[in-house]
Amino acid sequence: MGLFFQVALDGLFNGLLYAVVAAGLSLIWGVMDVINFAHGEFLMIAMYLSYWLGFIWKIDPLVSSLAGGLFVFLVGALTYKLIISHTIGKSAMSALLATFGLSMLLKNICLNRFSPNFRLLQETALGGKTFNVGGIIVPLPQLVIGIVALALLYVVYHLVKKTRLGWAIQATAMDKEAAELMGIDTEKIYLLVFGLGGACVGIAGGLLPSYLAVHPEVGGLFSLIAFVCVAMGGFGSIPGALLASLLIGLVEAFAGFYIAPVFKYVAVFGLYLVVVMVRPRGLFGW
Amino acid sequence: MKARGKTEGKDLLWFGLLGVLAVMPLIPGPLQGSFTQHVMIQILLYACMAQAWNILGGYCGQVSFGHSVFFGIGAYGAGMAVVKYGMIPWPGAIAGALIAAAVAVAISYPCFKLKGHYFAIATFAIVEICNRLFMVWYWVGGALGLDYSFSEPGWTHFVWYESKRGYFYGALLLFILVFGVVRWIEKNRLGFYLRAVREGQETAESLGVNSTKVKLMAMAVSAFMAALCGAFFAQYNYRVDPPMVMSLDMSMKFVLITILGGLGTFYGPLLGAALLIPLQEYSRALLGGMGGGVDLIIFGLLIIVVVVYQPKGIMGIIDGIASKMKRSEEGGK
Repeated sequence: MGLFFQVALDGLFNGLLYAVVAAGLSLIWGVMDVINFAHGEFLMIAMYLSYWLGFIWKIDPLVSSLAGGLFVFLVGALTYKLIISHTIGKSAMSALLATFGLSMLLKNICLNRFSPNFRLLQETALGGKTFNVGGIIVPLPQLVIGIVALALLYVVYHLVKKTRLGWAIQATAMDKEAAELMGIDTEKIYLLVFGLGGACVGIAGGLLPSYLAVHPEVGGLFSLIAFVCVAMGGFGSIPGALLASLLIGLVEAFAGFYIAPVFKYVAVFGLYLVVVMVRPRGLFGW
Repeated sequence: MKARGKTEGKDLLWFGLLGVLAVMPLIPGPLQGSFTQHVMIQILLYACMAQAWNILGGYCGQVSFGHSVFFGIGAYGAGMAVVKYGMIPWPGAIAGALIAAAVAVAISYPCFKLKGHYFAIATFAIVEICNRLFMVWYWVGGALGLDYSFSEPGWTHFVWYESKRGYFYGALLLFILVFGVVRWIEKNRLGFYLRAVREGQETAESLGVNSTKVKLMAMAVSAFMAALCGAFFAQYNYRVDPPMVMSLDMSMKFVLITILGGLGTFYGPLLGAALLIPLQEYSRALLGGMGGGVDLIIFGLLIIVVVVYQPKGIMGIIDGIASKMKRSEEGGK
């Protein structure tokens, strides 16, 4: 039975990580109806940044994660300015394809510069530390990321629901033209939303190199799983994305442990197909 | 009368193109090089793949990212016939194409009710599932894939070792088949139905078009063609394994070449392939010394630029120039 809880805990930790990646994606999707295919690569950028800061200047990922958040905020804002803003109002697929191009570009620049090697930071404040709760091993880095993820989700949720900026974001999502007539600078809102979406993955990605190795392909799977979480959770719903992410983390862990590791993703993507067949707008969509 | 005259002009262009392609490997000089022939074969193959996707994605407006599954089924059809049963690849290729069409219809029937991004993500999910399942499906070789052993070169076994000329004519046949079918569809009732569904499903239905049936037909034809391309791909590489044929990257190639050339246009897929494949092959060959991934960096940049600044692709640029010339001609009078 201990093993069962251990697997469940691992699944939940992974789910929280997916949730924070998905939250940024969900925000962008909900407000702009854009799928950012380069979202996983944003995570990769933050991981590389944190890795190199740690490797060269011995800065701990706990600190670098803030730098990661800031840096990816800028990357996100820049992506919006240079690419996404030109695709608004064109076919729904154009932003997806353009960001796919961006993901290819970023991935291969890292491949070219940093080689395909897997890189993991040694000797970090959290790395490798675990503690034991009633026979279940709790890894410290995952725990910290889980807590940070929950905090970030709360901040984003609070920001969107309770602040004036959040109301402006919601208004823009509902009806862009009406929002403009009310004096909301929608261009600025879009820029901020893209930046915020980036900052979420940036902070999470900054923490990761203490237990997850960074390599150029690391983002791809995160992107796909985050799409699935967002779509399953329902159009632009952050609590929905959180629940879907936790569910997916659990399904992934149990399928990987009790069936076979290769069936992890078969189960995850299969679950998505089943859910959208039954509820074509996701679990919490309308 | 006017429309007919226009079609004849188009026919002339088409047969002229085929004539040029048919004699190309016979011209002595730089076209005889093995690498050049490899590039030409790849152009034809990827043009066919993009055109197969174009039936559904371009003419019918259903953007699928799942075509590598059908491509893979075709590749495995040929591979299984040759490696597992020691037969010639032809029956395997046909069987693969039929299975791919059947699988496509079975998968898309429920998926077509999903809208927009939900449909796109569902097609990603299907690719990932199939990729993983083929990895552990030992009957079809699992992760190791199927490796061809030596067989008598020629058309019966559809393998050549010494020269690539046979493959070139094989690819040309495929090209004639795929592009021919699309031309036929374009001119006939189905083509109009497809475009009607793309422009507005509800409007098309109100005029008596059975949109589900039309979409499923487009899907079946598209998957059948994609699978034939897959069979060719397996024969050309002498092997099949899951990441090679069934991956998101492969799926994306179907989409991106078409977008680059011009979505929903007849010559778009060929133009896209003719631009992208040489760019990819030569940059890989020439810039390979700069470290891995240079070809894909260029590819990524190109996609962004095209999608952002010229969403109609190369055909859009050509149309732009043509209409400008026409206007200045009229202005001259």
